[in-house]
Order: sequence, then structure tokens, then C-alpha cells
Amino acid sequence: MRRLVLIAVPYLWLLALFLVPFAIVLKISLSDTALSIPPYAPTLDFSAGWEGIRSFFAELDFDNFVWLTQDDLYWKAYLSSLSIALVSTAITLLVGYPIAYGMARAPEEWRPTLMMLVILPFWTSFLIRVYAWMGILSSEGFLNQLLLWVGIVDEPLTILNTNTAVYIGIVYTYLPFMILPIYAALDRLDGSLIEAAEDLGCSRLTAFWLVTIPLSRNGIVAGCFLVFIPALGEFVIPSLLGGSGTLMIGKVLWEEFFSNRDWPVASAVAVVLLLILVIPIVLFQRNQQKQAEADQ
Amino acid sequence: MKSKTLTLTAILALGGAAAFAEEVRVYNWSDYIDEALLEKFEAETGLDLIYDVFDSNEVLETKMLAGGSGYDVVVPSGTFLQRQITAGAFQKLDMSKLPNIVNMWDVVTKRTEQYDPDNAYSINYMWGTTGIGVNVGKVKEVLGEDAPINSLDLVFKPENMEKLAECGVHFLDAPAEMIPMALKYLGEDPDSHDPDVIARAEDVFMPVRPYIQKFHSSEYINALANGDICVAVGWSGDILQARDRAAEADNGVEIAYHAPKEGAQMWFDQMAIPVDAPNPDNAHKFLNFIMDAQNAAAASNYVYYANGNKASQEYLAEDVIGDPAIYPDQETLDNLFTTTPFEPKVQRVVTRLWTKIKSGT
Repeated sequence: MRRLVLIAVPYLWLLALFLVPFAIVLKISLSDTALSIPPYAPTLDFSAGWEGIRSFFAELDFDNFVWLTQDDLYWKAYLSSLSIALVSTAITLLVGYPIAYGMARAPEEWRPTLMMLVILPFWTSFLIRVYAWMGILSSEGFLNQLLLWVGIVDEPLTILNTNTAVYIGIVYTYLPFMILPIYAALDRLDGSLIEAAEDLGCSRLTAFWLVTIPLSRNGIVAGCFLVFIPALGEFVIPSLLGGSGTLMIGKVLWEEFFSNRDWPVASAVAVVLLLILVIPIVLFQRNQQKQAEADQ
Repeated sequence: MKSKTLTLTAILALGGAAAFAEEVRVYNWSDYIDEALLEKFEAETGLDLIYDVFDSNEVLETKMLAGGSGYDVVVPSGTFLQRQITAGAFQKLDMSKLPNIVNMWDVVTKRTEQYDPDNAYSINYMWGTTGIGVNVGKVKEVLGEDAPINSLDLVFKPENMEKLAECGVHFLDAPAEMIPMALKYLGEDPDSHDPDVIARAEDVFMPVRPYIQKFHSSEYINALANGDICVAVGWSGDILQARDRAAEADNGVEIAYHAPKEGAQMWFDQMAIPVDAPNPDNAHKFLNFIMDAQNAAAASNYVYYANGNKASQEYLAEDVIGDPAIYPDQETLDNLFTTTPFEPKVQRVVTRLWTKIKSGT
């Protein structure tokens, strides 16, 4: 009995916080827009009994998903989001790994302070930190003033309202999510393994490549997913730092909701986005499982 | 958005206490009221006034059609009001609670009837035109003394825009106003609902698109006033506010507004009460307060928009009632056009076209 309750809790959690909202979104994605409150039809009418439910299901269709394939805006936005998310995940990894490595190698008594420094930015609202980047990156901003003063550039660089600014924003915002899991993996790493590798004739670099990286693989994978998944659907960063040419699916979703006021198509976009995300998550899960089996 | 979330959190935190506080929640356009009026309202009525702002009719409509917005008074423009009335988003006004309705101006109420028959659901707050704001000095420096600052040629001719790009141009992010403007420029019916005619607007925007720094519906007030940009296609009063701010800052920036000579869109921002407003009585008090002649005049004197209140005119400042950019003369008035709401299918064409114009795809 206790076992049953223990299993039921996470499933209830999944049902209440994921499956039910998803079912609602899916239902809206199958309806049509209407000038009413709420702005779509049909709505489920329980008072009409069984007949009402039947006619409700009869009216649902996949037109909105067909529409997504007919306009090139959507797949372009998905592709561009995927590439922005992939590139920024790669940059975050390149920047985050050395930081995590340095933290794990730092003297024991420094580590809590270093950890604190990584977490510290979370004390300020995410929105304010992104706004701060607008001040730094604008043509009259700190960065350009510094570059002009040092003499590296002759005229201000246009960074704000470009994709470069979006990359900077994403890498900056999600860096802690990359550092923390990698640090956790490296922290557990047994130092004597590297000593053994070196005793057996590995150079430090080879030892790092053959021992440290494979043993921190779990941390790397976890970090990459923690960055990639939210970056793919990112809305705030591209809308504040990106230009009108920055095409991301989060922005398209916003436009469908607020400019077109077309909830069904917006829901269809969200459903497809979720499917795109579910694939890497499933791969991740399988990877974790394999790892667990290999460990046993 | 942010401030709204905070307010909501505060309400949740206060819980029961909030239920006892007498309040009225108003959702109005940004930079659209004299804040002294809000204090005056609280002092006169003893109500707590919660005042949030937006800068797009589209965002307001999304909230209205979602229902349960929690607002008591909202301010959609004419065509949006008409659609939302059809959707059942508003309640009929109780005229017995609005004695100041006698102050309203028939010139305006006659025109708003096309959106709200008998003016049963709304009162006019402000009206104005959509036109061109220029930093006179900079534009003349770039284009010469005879720059066409009162014509759509200024913003729709690529050779002009190419030169203006160096000092910065903003366009409104409002397809329901920008597309009719382009159609008017082409000599088409600006109120056309024919997708083929609407599609022709693309030919107007695409060649000038690379020279537009930003599509935004509120940033241009500050940007014009600070001299960051030299041209903005925007709303009359907003540009006149920029003129006023520049004059106050005494920074050598001279801003002028023109309704384009080809014809300009005339719009009406109407105050209405959502059907599910939590405090409809207090909402009526707010509307009645706004329709008071002196209050309406104070609002117009501050935001530089004309109001629909006849009785307020004797209290208007000379630089408001006497400015043809705000209270146009008969000739300009004849040259103004109004539009009607798009059907959902046409709406999709319009928004898709607008996305294409903004993003290039």
C-alpha cells in the first residue's frame, strides 16, 4: 500500500502539472477561432450531455497543423530557434566547462565562495539582468564606449538588436545551469584516477581527454539539456536584445496569441514545439538509463 | 507586464483584506493621462485606483477575449471596440450613473456611433490622427529645406528613407494603422478588406524596410524627444508630447507633427467596462469623473490629444484648442479617414503581411 502511494505521488504530479495542461492546449489547437470569449470554438458543453460531447469531438480537426506546413514562416522559425539554441548551448559549454573545472580544482576552502559567485546573479530578477545588457550593448552603451576609448574600434559596433546580442544574452543567462551539473560531476571525480593515468604514461592533456571528460559526461549532458531546452523556446531574450530579423519560435507564438489573437494556431505551434522538445528529452532519459545499467 | 504581475501577487498575498478595499482597476494606454488626475480621483471618491498601461490594441483584445482580466475600465480604439462588443466583452453603460454624459461633443459621438451604435457601451476619451513626427532640424539637414515633412513621401519614398536612416526612423508596430496608411499612399481605399488590395501594401514597405530602425508603438516619444531618431510614424498626441518634452529639456530638438496631406487615419479611444468587471459601480464613477469638463480639459492639456468633451473646450489651453494638429480645421477634418474592423480571415492576411514586413520572411 505504501509503495502504491509512493508511486502515485509523482504520477499525480505529472498528471496535474503536465498532462492536463497539455490536453487543454491540444484541445484548443484542434478548434477554430471565433469572435467570442474565449476566442475559439467549439467549447465543451457538459450541460448538453453525451450529445454535446459527441458534437464537440466531431467539430475538432487538424486544420491548424496543416496551416503550419503551408506557411514557411513556421518551419523557418523552428529551424532558426533550433540553430540559435544549439549554437548557444555549444558556446555555453565551452565557457562553462573551464569555469566548472577551475572550481573543482580550487582549494577546498574556496569552493563555497566560488559556488556562491555562480549563484549570486539569481538574486536579481532575470528581466532586469537582460535589460542591463541592453544598456551595455547599445551603440551608446558601456561596451562601445570602452572599445572606443581603448581605440579598438573607430565607430560604435551595432550589437544590440542583432543575433549576436541574442547569443550573448542566452549564454549569460544560462551559464550557471551549465556550470553547476558539470561542477557536481567533476567534484565527485576521484583524483587518484588521473594520477594513475599519468603514472601509466598519459600526458596531462591525454589524461584530461581520456579520463576527466568521460567521467564528467553526465554533467555535460545534463548541463546541455538544461541550457538547450529553455533556450529553444526563449521569448524574453530575443524580444529585448534581438532585432526585427531575429526569428524565434517563442516570438512567433507570442505574435499568434497577441497580434493574430488566434489561439488555436498558437496552441498548434506550442504542441509542435513540445514534440520537438520531447525527442531530446526521451534520448536523454534513455542515455541516463543506459548509464545506470552500465554502472551496475 | 511586470507591474501587473506584482499587483496580482500583492492581491494574492493580501487575500481577504483586498476583498474589503473599495477599488477600481483601469487599463489605459501608456503616457495617456495626467497623473495628478489619478490622485484627484482617489481624493474625491476615496477609492483605491489601480492603474496599469499597455501600448497595443492587440494585447488589450487578447486580454478581453480571454475573459477575467480583472479590469473595470479599459480603453480600446474604435475598430477594436466594435469587435469586442460583438464578442460580448463589454457591458452596457448605466447612463443614470453618468450625469456628465451631457458634456459630450456631438461631432465626435456621431463618428463613434459607427463602432458603438447609440454609444451604448463606451464614452470617448481621446481622439487623434496617425501621422508623421519629425525632428525639423535634422530632417532639413539630411533632406534639405524643402523636405516633404507633411507628406507620406517622406517615409515611403526609398530615396528619402535611405538618407533618413542615418538619423533614425521608427514606425508604429500597429498593422491596423500602418497598412491603411500605405494603401492611402497608393491611392487605394484605405479601408479595403480585399486581400489582393491589402497585399499591395507590401510593395510600399519592402523597399523602405531596411531603413527602419524599429517598429514600436511607444518608444518613439522618448527617442524623438532625446534626438535619438529624427522621424517617427506615430500618433498625433504622442509626437506632440515628444515636442513638449524636448522643449522642456531645452536640448535644441524641435519636433513637429503633421497629418499627411494625402489623408490621415482618424481614430477614437473609447472607455468601456468589461462584462466581468469586478467593480462596475466604481467604473461608472471613473467614467463620470473623466467626463467632467475640467478633468477632461486637464487630461487633454497634458497629453496633447483632442477629447470628445464639448464642455471641456472652454478650459483647454490655447496651445491645445488652437493647434490644428490637435483640433484640426474643417479642411483637414475632411481629409481624414476612418477604418472598419477586419474579418478573421482578412485579419490573418494582415498580420501575416505585417510579420513579413517586420522580419523579412
